[in-house]
Amino acid sequence: MNIQVAERSIAPMTGHSAGEPVTRNEEAHHELSIRVRDLNLWYGASQALKNINIDVYQQNVTALIGPSGCGKSTFLRCLNRMNDLIPGVRIDGLVEMDGRDVNEARMDEVALRRRVGMVFQKPNPFPKSIFENIAYAPRMHDLVSRKADVDELVERALRDAGLWEEVKDKLHQPGTSLSGGQQQRLCIARAIAVQPDVILMDEPTSALDPISTATIEDLMDKLKRQFTIITVTHNMQQAARVADYTAFFHLGEVVEYNDTQTMFSNPATKKAEDYITGRYG
Amino acid sequence: MSQPFDEISAQLRRRHRKSARLKWLSMGALGLAGLFLVLFFADMLVKGVPAFQQAQIQVEVDYSERASQLPLAAVQEEVRPLVSRGVLRLIPGRMEDNPELLGTTRMEWVLADGQVDQYLKGHHSKLRDSEQAVVDRLVEQGRAELRFNTTFFTRGDSKMPELAGIASAAMGTLMTLLVTLAVSFPIGVMTAVYLEEFAPDNRVTQLIEININNLAAIPSILFGLLGLAIFINFFGVPRSTPVVGGLTLALMTLPVIIIATRTALRSVPDSIRHAAFGVGCSRWQVVRDHVLPLALPGIMTGSIIGLAQAMGETAPLIIVGMVAFIPDVTSSFTEAATVLPAQIFTWAGEPDRAFIEKTSGGILVLLAVLITLNATAVVMRKKFERRW
Repeated sequence: MNIQVAERSIAPMTGHSAGEPVTRNEEAHHELSIRVRDLNLWYGASQALKNINIDVYQQNVTALIGPSGCGKSTFLRCLNRMNDLIPGVRIDGLVEMDGRDVNEARMDEVALRRRVGMVFQKPNPFPKSIFENIAYAPRMHDLVSRKADVDELVERALRDAGLWEEVKDKLHQPGTSLSGGQQQRLCIARAIAVQPDVILMDEPTSALDPISTATIEDLMDKLKRQFTIITVTHNMQQAARVADYTAFFHLGEVVEYNDTQTMFSNPATKKAEDYITGRYG
Repeated sequence: MSQPFDEISAQLRRRHRKSARLKWLSMGALGLAGLFLVLFFADMLVKGVPAFQQAQIQVEVDYSERASQLPLAAVQEEVRPLVSRGVLRLIPGRMEDNPELLGTTRMEWVLADGQVDQYLKGHHSKLRDSEQAVVDRLVEQGRAELRFNTTFFTRGDSKMPELAGIASAAMGTLMTLLVTLAVSFPIGVMTAVYLEEFAPDNRVTQLIEININNLAAIPSILFGLLGLAIFINFFGVPRSTPVVGGLTLALMTLPVIIIATRTALRSVPDSIRHAAFGVGCSRWQVVRDHVLPLALPGIMTGSIIGLAQAMGETAPLIIVGMVAFIPDVTSSFTEAATVLPAQIFTWAGEPDRAFIEKTSGGILVLLAVLITLNATAVVMRKKFERRW
């Protein structure tokens, strides 16, 4: 039954195998970061994800778009097993990273989350100082211990997040005293401080003003040189601006996974075209 | 078409009257409650404040050889019934400690007998007319007056009202509460952390939750029976001691601390937990480094209130024998002790009228401590209150 559903949803995308984008973005990198095959997820009795197949490539920005409730955030949380925290979630299928299934029994979700960082919709800095926000996780993971190393790491993370100049004189003020956009960059700095491979962003700019949004978008463009970024967004222009590849989710399925430019100029499926042109959703 | 305003107003008049009536009723209720509170405090103050003063008289103390055998001989016969017997009894001991006193005669201020104290305070006393005349003369000469009653704060219970104090009860309360805190705080907090942060939400945990909530509403005397059955009869903990009292009160305080801690933990927003999980914290690290520090003010506030409740508790302690007569200040957790409310209870049952003011004085001290504790809790809550 499931296989039939999978065939039906993939059927329009001929000429490429399941999980690959319809069209290749020749400028993008194509080393595999995360491979998702036949991923199904249920919240209790209702199925939230149906036969998801996606190859996520390294050093790219991959955008997940789709109407509310289509499962894109749920899918994002599968990648670092944040769904474990929700009672009654059942998952089957493969989410493979570095040759390992992240859902297998001997996979330590703490180790996984070290390599797959996350930035949330609402900026959620720890109610500690700016410095502690960054230094906490690397120290916890024993990446650094000497004070000089910690200082250096904090500075590097804040520089990479484009926040250093703004906060270097007030590192010991609480992180919550910053503006919303700064807080979100602090959260990004916190995520990159442990040097993950992948950064998941769950609508990172939806709570921010346009200027802060633009800053974060620039930042994503810069960060993709070091990290693989997967971002959920409701903002179509944002996906078009920042993403190399875009996946369109609808009712728990991936309707189309395509090179961003092609997706927005010449989508392969009618549904994606309707959504992008604003005919529904 | 639509009704004119006047017509609507006319219909509304009855409703307005009704709400006005209800407002007056509730204000009346509040006023009545306030009045009772004021009356209670006034009564306690009027009766209790005199307990902080005690009559002293200046007499000639003759440290003679004879007085070391017969303490009564140390003072002149005329004032003998006016001096506290407790003071006279101490004279031979003092002479042993300071041999140079022997053979001297000194004018000293000493505690007067409780009856003199009552007489000077204008209460009914059992002094004979001749004795009253002596007291009057001493007052005229400036040799008898009411002074601040340090004895009340430095000595334990006594059958002589002028020597009775709250020191042993206060010490007993302190030690009992230390035991209560040491037992109920860690267990309560860890229980709440488990239920709130680790336990799955299933029937078993729901059952536990309901039972904890019910436990908080159980009459306290049942905890006393439980303490008696388990700690004294089963485990053989010595009765009347701060250990058994503290353990019994810990049983009573546990649900309060658990409930307060769970509320405090629940008020920490999930976004903080997600942030911590997101950077790779284990569950325990999330709790220890992020959730608990944020919940701590709430936990402390709840614990202080729980302890304050335990401090005012008498019934369970009576059951485990903490209403003993304790003249000496308790110095160990396994010695018999009494607590402030139990001391008040004991004094309230004394036939001697002089103990009425002791009772009220003890209540004032207990109230002062309780108000201080609760005020601390309120201040802490205000100070550390965090809005998200």
